Amino acid sequence: MTAIPDAFEIVGPTPAQQLRKRMFGHQGFLIGAVILVVLVAIALLAPVLAPHDPYAQSLGDRMLRPVFMGGTWDHPLGTDHLGRDYLSRLIYGARVSLLIGAVAAVISGVIGTALGVAAGYFGGRVDTVVTFLINVRLAMPVVLVALAVVAILGGSLSVVIGVLGLLLWDRFAVVMRASTLQIRGREFVAAARAVGCSTPRILLSEIMPNIVNNLIVVVTLEMAHAILLEAALSFLGVGVQPPTPSWGLMVSEGKNMMLFEPWLVLIPGAVLFVLVLAINLMGDGLRDVTAPENRN
Amino acid sequence: MLRFILRRSGLALLVALTVSFISFSLLFLSGDPAIAIAGESANAQDVAAIRELYGFDRPMLVQYGDWLWSALQLDFGDSYYFRLPVADLIADRLSVTMTLGVCGILFALLTAVPLGVIAAIRPNSIIDRIALFLSVAGQAMPSFWFGLILIVVFAIKFRILPASGADSWRHFILPTIVLGYYAMPAIMRLTRAGMLEVLSADYIRTARAKGASEGRVLFKHALRNAIIPVVSLAAVQMGFMLGGSIVVESVFALHGAGYLAWESIGRNDLPTVQALILVFALFYIVFTFLSDVLNAWLDPRMRSS
Repeated sequence: MTAIPDAFEIVGPTPAQQLRKRMFGHQGFLIGAVILVVLVAIALLAPVLAPHDPYAQSLGDRMLRPVFMGGTWDHPLGTDHLGRDYLSRLIYGARVSLLIGAVAAVISGVIGTALGVAAGYFGGRVDTVVTFLINVRLAMPVVLVALAVVAILGGSLSVVIGVLGLLLWDRFAVVMRASTLQIRGREFVAAARAVGCSTPRILLSEIMPNIVNNLIVVVTLEMAHAILLEAALSFLGVGVQPPTPSWGLMVSEGKNMMLFEPWLVLIPGAVLFVLVLAINLMGDGLRDVTAPENRN
Repeated sequence: MLRFILRRSGLALLVALTVSFISFSLLFLSGDPAIAIAGESANAQDVAAIRELYGFDRPMLVQYGDWLWSALQLDFGDSYYFRLPVADLIADRLSVTMTLGVCGILFALLTAVPLGVIAAIRPNSIIDRIALFLSVAGQAMPSFWFGLILIVVFAIKFRILPASGADSWRHFILPTIVLGYYAMPAIMRLTRAGMLEVLSADYIRTARAKGASEGRVLFKHALRNAIIPVVSLAAVQMGFMLGGSIVVESVFALHGAGYLAWESIGRNDLPTVQALILVFALFYIVFTFLSDVLNAWLDPRMRSS
């Protein structure tokens, strides 16, 4: 008589292990993730890393050039028009960008996910209303509305975060609605309903775990979007206000001296570009590795 | 088809109405608009007089109805700053923005479609990689920064193109590139994906089997089918771009409607800002409507959804 095992043994790697393997095999994701981790570490360790106080003006040392353009190591990336250390302002600027991007993405994520899941799960009239709201939101010119509202309420970190959070929920709603529509007809949802699970429970423990991958992808892409928008608002003078070190504001302040000192504009813009690129690469990579159709 | 158009235009109207209400409500976000108009040196009597003159003492919904009724007759009131009708101001500036928008979308299409097609014909080739790089970089590029770089290179370093203004066609080259590059990545990705899908379809194999030349297969059979979604995406992008031209116009000091919006926001000129939000929203609504109708006309399956 052959022995029958009491439990099936799991053969091969678990889904989590497979996902990890796909993530570490995806070049774009790896590059983006490494850059992002480094930038987050820089933002967190800003007080330790910054060589100078980012707000300390020194009118005798205005617009010193970076070290690679004949400057000294005392100010590795030079100083701005008020003699503030450029490297220190860049390092503290990472905090502003990441904070605004992350919080705005979370706010819009909560709004958009709630609307999208409700529309996808309940359908009918709820779906009609949510689809209409998405249409209205898409028709509003984001930059213009954000500029107007921030100008009326006054530019500050929390106002900018709030306005972006309230404006950028559309993609969350669209993606979450479509994902929920795909899941809601599946057997395990019907089974949960049949055994008498409450609606909130079905939404939280049956629907959400199955769409969270898509949610994470949209979070990264919208975070990049919010960071770019904050920089544009601050560049236009209607975002984060001086003397806060925001990269968009630094570009705007350097613009007047662009003719003679183009590096004042090039450096903060390049850092902004790299941060957004890293987040986008990570988001695209996550989409590739979590989408079932891309699995071999 | 007619039913689809009717239903779709009903939706467009409703969206336009809602947006008009939101842009009108902006006026009340600031608290009392009369105080804003009167300025800092005004006393309580001045404020009360202005409140009555502009009708701010009436219920908000009545004011909205009034504003909407005038807006329907293209009367958006007078600008607080210029003391001129807002409608005339916008009409003056709109041609610059429209020119920029059309040039931008043409630039985007003329670069993105060929790149997307070549990338799809030769996947993983050097051109495919360049196209991928351009599209990934384009999505991360802050447009104001890109504009400033172009100014540094072409206007300051080589002095071959003007940095600002809108006096000749040469003034539009750099803004067109910046605005077009903003729309390019999405169009290119869609062209590439569409071509890849179409090229593996049965009718392409049939066309090749019956001996059609490769050029004929690509352009007559494949591209014609792959380009349909691209055209409707371009229409939607055009609506987005007009709203996004505010950043580009301010970088290049192009005095279009976007620049007017930026100036008016700085001057607290709310009637102008309200009207501009509505105008840009209407552009987007019209372009998405056209794109949906185009889709439904080309693909009957779209009419039911």
